[in-house]
Amino acid sequence: MDKKLGVYICTGCGIGESLDIEKLSKVATLGYKVPVCKTHPYLCGEEGQGIINNDCQAEGVNTIVIAACSPRVNQDIFAFDTNKIMERVNLREQVIWSQPVPEVIPPNEVSPPNEDTQMMAEDYLRMGIVKAQKTELLVPYKPESEISRTILVVGGGVSGMTAAIEAGKAGRQVVLVEKKQTLGGFSTNLYKQFPKQSPYQSLQLPPHETLVKEIEANPNIKVYTSAKIKKIAGGPGLFDVTLEQEGKPIEFRVGAIVLAAGFVPYDATKLAHLGFGSSPNVITNVQMEELAKKGKIVRPSDGKEATNVAFIQCAGSRDHNHLPYCSTFCCSTSLKQAIYVREQNQDATAYIFYKDMRTMGEYEDFYICAQEDEGIFLTKGEVVGVETIAGNNLAITVENTLLGENIRVEADLVVLATGIVPATAIESITEEEPQSTTEECKVEEATAPKEVIIRSDILNLDYRQGPELPQLRYGFPDSHFICFPYETRRTGIYAAGCVRHPMDMSASMDDAVGTALKAIQCIELTGQGKAVHPRAGDESYPEFFMQRCTQCKRCTDECPFGAINEDEKFNPLPSLTRCRRCGTCLGACPERIISFKNYSIDIVSSMMKAIEVPEEDEEKPRILAFMCENDAIPALDMAGVNRLQITPYLRVIPVRCLGSMNLVWISDALSKGIDGILLIGCKHGDDYQCHFVKGSELANYRLSKVKETLDRLRLESERVKIIQLSINEYDLLPGIFKEFMETMERVGPNPFKGF
Amino acid sequence: MSKDILIIGGGISGITTAVEAAETGYNVILVEKNPYLGGRVTQMNRYFPKLCPPYCGLEINLRRIKTNNKIKYFTLTEVEKISGQEGDYEVTLRIQPRFVSHKCTACGECARVCPAERQDAFNFNLCSTKAIYLPHQLSFPYRYVIDEKACLKCGTCVDACKYGAIDLEMQAETKNISVGSIVVATGWQPYDATRIDNLGFGKYKNVITNMMMERLASPNGPTQGKILRPSDQKEPKKVAFVQCAGSRDENHLPYCSAVCCLASLKQITYLREAIPDSQAFMFYIDLRTPGKYEDFLTKVSSDEKVSLIKGKVASVAEDTNTKELIVEAEDILAGKKIKVSVDMVVLACGMQPTNGLSININRDKNGFITSEQGNGIYAAGVAKKPQDVASSVQNATGIALKAIQSLVK
Repeated sequence: MDKKLGVYICTGCGIGESLDIEKLSKVATLGYKVPVCKTHPYLCGEEGQGIINNDCQAEGVNTIVIAACSPRVNQDIFAFDTNKIMERVNLREQVIWSQPVPEVIPPNEVSPPNEDTQMMAEDYLRMGIVKAQKTELLVPYKPESEISRTILVVGGGVSGMTAAIEAGKAGRQVVLVEKKQTLGGFSTNLYKQFPKQSPYQSLQLPPHETLVKEIEANPNIKVYTSAKIKKIAGGPGLFDVTLEQEGKPIEFRVGAIVLAAGFVPYDATKLAHLGFGSSPNVITNVQMEELAKKGKIVRPSDGKEATNVAFIQCAGSRDHNHLPYCSTFCCSTSLKQAIYVREQNQDATAYIFYKDMRTMGEYEDFYICAQEDEGIFLTKGEVVGVETIAGNNLAITVENTLLGENIRVEADLVVLATGIVPATAIESITEEEPQSTTEECKVEEATAPKEVIIRSDILNLDYRQGPELPQLRYGFPDSHFICFPYETRRTGIYAAGCVRHPMDMSASMDDAVGTALKAIQCIELTGQGKAVHPRAGDESYPEFFMQRCTQCKRCTDECPFGAINEDEKFNPLPSLTRCRRCGTCLGACPERIISFKNYSIDIVSSMMKAIEVPEEDEEKPRILAFMCENDAIPALDMAGVNRLQITPYLRVIPVRCLGSMNLVWISDALSKGIDGILLIGCKHGDDYQCHFVKGSELANYRLSKVKETLDRLRLESERVKIIQLSINEYDLLPGIFKEFMETMERVGPNPFKGF
Repeated sequence: MSKDILIIGGGISGITTAVEAAETGYNVILVEKNPYLGGRVTQMNRYFPKLCPPYCGLEINLRRIKTNNKIKYFTLTEVEKISGQEGDYEVTLRIQPRFVSHKCTACGECARVCPAERQDAFNFNLCSTKAIYLPHQLSFPYRYVIDEKACLKCGTCVDACKYGAIDLEMQAETKNISVGSIVVATGWQPYDATRIDNLGFGKYKNVITNMMMERLASPNGPTQGKILRPSDQKEPKKVAFVQCAGSRDENHLPYCSAVCCLASLKQITYLREAIPDSQAFMFYIDLRTPGKYEDFLTKVSSDEKVSLIKGKVASVAEDTNTKELIVEAEDILAGKKIKVSVDMVVLACGMQPTNGLSININRDKNGFITSEQGNGIYAAGVAKKPQDVASSVQNATGIALKAIQSLVK
């Protein structure tokens, strides 16, 4: 594309008063020989837009630089066809709103623009022009082979069946795989389920039978039972699945995957302290369902009807020796089972010993129902012992009860309310991790933070980083779980139901509908060559200049989404439909061979080169901040909106994610004479805020290596600093910059200045 | 047949349904009665359990809206009338005047010159704004709005606006649209704390609600994030958090709002972080931190300056001289009545589903919209049941598929 640049400078919102616009225009016209450069007092108004559009049509301008307000506002106004390149320069929030307002000299004259503010604006304009010059038009990624629009659902329980049915109802083809002989999952164990709608009083039949019928009646759903997944290769739109059913392999392609592998009850043999194993009359809540289902709740020891039944809540849950978490539905389950006992025999008594009764939301009504039944005795308390006494009865000792005293209750049956363990937490393949063979790997001192992948033998992904979804804690797959709960670490694979977090059956069914939507959406976007969340719709993608690859494996290791495999010659093999466009690979690559058409090592380095660094004797230091465009940049805008004053010596380069920060930028900046560099990204750790999961953490790790390099160059390591910032901590920014400027004052000017 | 989806309510649930449906390829129309999108979460300081700011996710969601031409949104807009059936609804929208047009650049000159003030409902009247105001700092759309009731119609702002964006004569208008399915994501209102006589809200300045606490703790709130008690703007050293304030109570809301325990634990972290020598007392009936949220309870309760006391608060009284509050409660586990004097009381008020939607829709006895309407109208988020943000988002994503199913039938 032959570029014709047009630079449009808005003088509204105070820009014209704070800056020498004529001088600013000369940066474009003289400095960069930009053919078209215009100013307007109200660029976002109809007239301003008209000027730009007219230049595009009449003058052939196809590369547009808008120097006005933040790119976070007026996106709809400054939107152009995909055959044009557009770059925004933030003169408002980032420059004039965060710099001193020019004084008004009476009667009506404005003081000349502040020199530092002017230099700041000119630098940003240079950076914007250079970026626009270097950016290329986007061409959406089209895979070589045909993409599939079929959805694979793994697990035939209530969640999996619901996902399949709902996707089917939207007209999608679904393949449902279940390892057991029949569909239904855990629901088939249940006698009844607790009420699912207002008035939350009567027990209901478990949902699996209805769901199985719906599946059978839906021609869009193909079911494989007694089947397991041997291998999944590829990526969204191109997942090549190999199943094994009765020893025979079955191969097909799908577009996206719902993981609904469910859970197993916590292993009660670990609960000897609650009497399990020592008396047959201590059973789990799952065994209780079996008894109820058989028709009569009897004591396993002698088949006698159970009339005094004690339920012990949180058996192995909320307990750091067992499951630290709560399984959410055991309280309601025990209330339900107490009702079984009472329905069977009007004279029977049920005792429920709980830590906290967790009947959330409108389930409160169900709790009240149970409270109103005089045969159900509920108390908070800590069970300290279950012992067998005469006649195979059991004595339960409870401390810290609401009655203010320890109590001892005799029962003929004890039910342990055991929690759940997600299927993804159970390691079933214990083979040794394949050892890294290359020597280079062993030499390296620090290694990038690694994800924990439990080899649970469910998906068997043919991904270099491991065969299953990375977990965060307790074996539940990692996700961005408050705002974007469906986003797992593997693009196009969405977890539903209890593999995600403990939830009851109606919540699992709700959850499954969401995964069906996400699976459909992923296929649609992939089909158009666009990224999925969080850069949904982005048509850029990384390109690898493979001739210069040294097979260092950093990109394959560090990609937060496991998008890069390796070919047989150990070269990186990106699966672009798995890519989320964060640029972490670009940041990782020491050979600078990875680029996006609109974001690359060269583009950012060129932007840095465009900054004019004053000579040392001018006493105008320069600091550069690489800031995450998702959180830190909006915070900087907000600082401007609040007119917080920021050092005029700062220059900012937004990055897609701090994970895309390449160390070469730091050495480029320092060798240019920039005095110090800040990297501002999202908080990391277990409660990470990074939208690409571990970008900021990776930047931190990379920085640990740059410090040694700086020391060797005799450059003070304080010249580079990483900061974790939340989007709402904009009020901290002036202080952060001020403190850094003070550090720069202390360490003195960069000796490379002027070289 | 229309292939568009109408979403009523531009809070986190409505936004989620909108972007998820649009990114799947469907046209959506999102209507919101406030002058900004984002709903309740824009008033929150942080989310539990990650203690991350809601604006972080909201920023991404707003970017998804701004850059997706399949989403049309209308603020200051309510649904006036709906007729038709699944696949073919005619809807009349009523758009209230903003008095500020799309020409607004949010430069702020108008508010600088405006002589009139209004109570800032966004900050629960803990402060005021000018009659022409930006709803909040991250407001989207990023445009000023005039509070008609507070405006003096003096025209000072009109003269100050260089962009001709202000029109004091702007009128309400109606707009008719055709849609195939409708999602109701009208969210919730905090339970009216003045109705809980024994807890002193409205009588004593230093008794505040949990939502007010969010504003006090927010960097963009009335105190710039400093937790100060309203009577004298001093840092409270001892704060009581009263759980189930008007919840799980037949005289008020009979149900549990599912979020208040976690919200109070979260607010305890605000207090403990902002005022290191502070002490928190949380009075609860049951600690409801389900699932993996248990870790958050473990984390907060391990702080020795935090006392979790099982017992319902009987009353809150004020020492008129010191403005200290005396919280009387039963400590059930200790088996005795206790009195604790504190500097501030935070009432954990529950969520009540927003009512007043002028369409026929089946609700349960508590006002929550039941799942099975069977007519292409669906509920998402707290309009459906009391739930936290993560669950609302989860639910709202699934509802996008339900709404799509109504279009492809």
